[in-house]
Amino acid sequence: MRPRVEGLVLAALVTLAGSAQADTLRVCADPSNLPFSNRDGAGFENRIAQLVGRDLGEAVTYDWERQRANSIEKAIADGKCDLAIGVPKGLDTLETTQPYYASTYVFVTRTTDSLHLTSLRDMRLRSLKIGVHLIGDDDAPPEVALGEEGIVDNVTGFMIYGDTSKPNPPSRLIEAVEGRKIDAAIVWGPLGGYFAERSPVPLTVTPVSDAQSFAPLKFQYAIAMGVRKGDFKMRARLDVVLVRERAAIAKILESYGVPLVHAKESSDG
Amino acid sequence: MTISYSQDRRLYVNSLALVAVLVAVFWVTRALADDLDAMSRDDKQWVMPAKNYDSTRFSGLKQVNASNASQLRIAWEFSVGSNHGQEAAPIVVGDTMYVVGAYPNEVFALNATTGDLKWKYSPRVDPSAQGVACCDLINRGGAYDNGKFFFNTLDDHTIALDAKTGKELWATQLGKITRGETITMAPLVVKGKVLVGNSGGEMGVRGWLTALDENTGHIVWRAYTAGPDKDVLIGPNFHAYYKSDQGKDLGVKTWPAGRWQIGGGPVWGWISYDPKANLIFYGTGNPGPWDSNERPGDNKWTTTIFARNPDTGEAVWADQLNPHDLYDYDEINENILTDLPIDGQTKHVLIHPGRDGFMFVIDRATGQIYSADKYDNVTSIKSFDLKSGRPVMNTAMTPLLGKNITDICPSSPGVKDWQPTAWSPLTHLLYIPHQHLCMNFKTGEIGYIAGTPYMGATEDMYAGPGGYRGEFAAWDPVKRKKVWAIHENFPVWTGTMVTAGNIAVYGTLDRWFKIVDARDGKLLYKFHAPSGFIGQPITYQGSDGNQYIAILDGVGGWPGAISNAEIDARVRNGALGFIGAMGDLPAYTSGGSTLLVFALPKAPSGGSDAPTR
Repeated sequence: MRPRVEGLVLAALVTLAGSAQADTLRVCADPSNLPFSNRDGAGFENRIAQLVGRDLGEAVTYDWERQRANSIEKAIADGKCDLAIGVPKGLDTLETTQPYYASTYVFVTRTTDSLHLTSLRDMRLRSLKIGVHLIGDDDAPPEVALGEEGIVDNVTGFMIYGDTSKPNPPSRLIEAVEGRKIDAAIVWGPLGGYFAERSPVPLTVTPVSDAQSFAPLKFQYAIAMGVRKGDFKMRARLDVVLVRERAAIAKILESYGVPLVHAKESSDG
Repeated sequence: MTISYSQDRRLYVNSLALVAVLVAVFWVTRALADDLDAMSRDDKQWVMPAKNYDSTRFSGLKQVNASNASQLRIAWEFSVGSNHGQEAAPIVVGDTMYVVGAYPNEVFALNATTGDLKWKYSPRVDPSAQGVACCDLINRGGAYDNGKFFFNTLDDHTIALDAKTGKELWATQLGKITRGETITMAPLVVKGKVLVGNSGGEMGVRGWLTALDENTGHIVWRAYTAGPDKDVLIGPNFHAYYKSDQGKDLGVKTWPAGRWQIGGGPVWGWISYDPKANLIFYGTGNPGPWDSNERPGDNKWTTTIFARNPDTGEAVWADQLNPHDLYDYDEINENILTDLPIDGQTKHVLIHPGRDGFMFVIDRATGQIYSADKYDNVTSIKSFDLKSGRPVMNTAMTPLLGKNITDICPSSPGVKDWQPTAWSPLTHLLYIPHQHLCMNFKTGEIGYIAGTPYMGATEDMYAGPGGYRGEFAAWDPVKRKKVWAIHENFPVWTGTMVTAGNIAVYGTLDRWFKIVDARDGKLLYKFHAPSGFIGQPITYQGSDGNQYIAILDGVGGWPGAISNAEIDARVRNGALGFIGAMGDLPAYTSGGSTLLVFALPKAPSGGSDAPTR
């Protein structure tokens, strides 16, 4: 990253966007977090942003924000950008649209191991080497479920923020399965699905299927777009676009290997 | 005879001259090698953020005193030009004041009497450090020794400047922001070593304290908070007082396999130094980043007070105050070194006002805890067992997912966070700026980091019993009770200082600079400043003979970020839950960045050449 120069460019963009807000779709996105987004526009959220921009006849500009607690909300509140492409429906820090897909946490294992994991109560989870993402101030559902089951010593944590000097920091978790450092990753579906499809080592993705018994912990989430609190006008415009572009969005999600569940199954808070 | 006499005399004179030269050489050498301990006793100066190695933040000056403090006026002001929270203590060495601003951490050298700017230094701080820091972009100040000024940048560098010119002498990178590390603490210089620790417990960093050679910036030693004894610098000279702190490699064994490697326990608070015992004392932060069920065990050496040899870093004793912390009760708070009568004997103790709400009085040589008394409302811990050296937890308040737990006191910032107390050897009272907040744990808010949606347990903080959120209190550590207290609407997030003039000084988040009588807490003076206060007051004597009181003004930090636009006020659980308790703060203040300097009216105001401008 060369944020000093970039800051200047960004400032210019923001100024431009400010003066021509009507024809610009100002998107907040992570610069290095595939399959969601990156600076080259290679993520499915980049593709969906382009789709929405085309539909609305607006040019897409980006405010690059490394994902941290509240970083997108802060960028939107500061007026650096207006739209987050993918956030959980019901996130109380933003106004969220109707959900346009729902996914699930998944097990990612090596195909040659034929583990076929589907349950968090599978006794094998006590002896296999498991990897999960850690958030820091909050706890991701797989980590908490394993803790409740007393599955501790064979679990390795990977910071979701990771080492930002390398690309796509959250993908270190999948690389650990490839490299046999762990036997199974329990990870959010879109991330698992994408990297499993592209792995040099054949990997298998299976949804976490018995999550209900861990309520109120949730393993399925409906994903929506997020806009500034109180920006109902923008939300309404996007809701219309999402209906119009439903088929095109589904195609993009499919091409990125996003494991989908029916929105009904995912209580959306 | 006369000749020989005169020759003798000349000889005598010559040898006198020689002695004089030798003495001069000795003094010059001494002058070259500053004695910080001696300088810290000169009340004209304030040479380190804590005033002295004992961390008393007490000055013997009394020109401003309880009878005339009401006449104080602004003498001069200076803007540090960055509207993030200003937590730093200015320091004064000779006639120069050194100030470090919040990110981007510019350093200013000012004539301490006139306010004239001598030099300014702007480090190139990596802007991406902003996204890494947990709680606003603050800095707690710099340090001085032997003609050099030392400070830390948010992006993990310690920088030494020529104190006269502001020229950079060396810069050493100590950590990596790409891994979640930042540095916010003020360094302490002990025997030519610059001591610095890291921040970022919530980011899965591994905490450490590092000693740098003040001349070269080279790392002399680094003591990790967790890990094997060889990393923690626990060796044959380590003798823990309590059984649960004894044993080999506890920094590994009290964690599930390998968890210590990202176990937190950063060192972002204060260090004290006892030159006679040759020991430094400091506390470590909370464990992280795991769900507490995923880190069974004591999680040593997080939330621990360490005594170490400053030459080698080796640990001499350690007291872990909150084993297996559940509530984010860091114990990085300051340790005040003093002697107290205990059971009829004078004991060399340190006083540690715990984040967990207990006032610890601990033997400096052994780590024995003589007393641990609640100094505010505490419900999460029932009592502290002096036999085992462990807290007796209120198990009904253990946070569990799916369970709503109400009235956990104190809330995560504790009864007292980083804001340092002051100790008066005249009143024998400890002056405590602190918060008075409780919290509810509730489950069910959806959260999101790209790549991981989750269902968070959120903390909702609110005013404790009595409806006030902060307090400025005076505590008697011998009688072990509160002597007086001033309730404040908001948490008192500034440090404090006390003087021989029996004044105690603090500031409030709602913009009041306050001076109270150190004996009874009576308000003597208040001033409505541009922005809310989270800084540290200091006092010194100018070259004009006048006593000055200085403090940085500019709201921010963990509680104040809501007011400098760091965080959206509509997000109640923003700032790790603190926003809920601070929602009305923006109605009182916006961000600021002003150094305020007060003096009695006879002091001149403006620059040295003000009349010609």
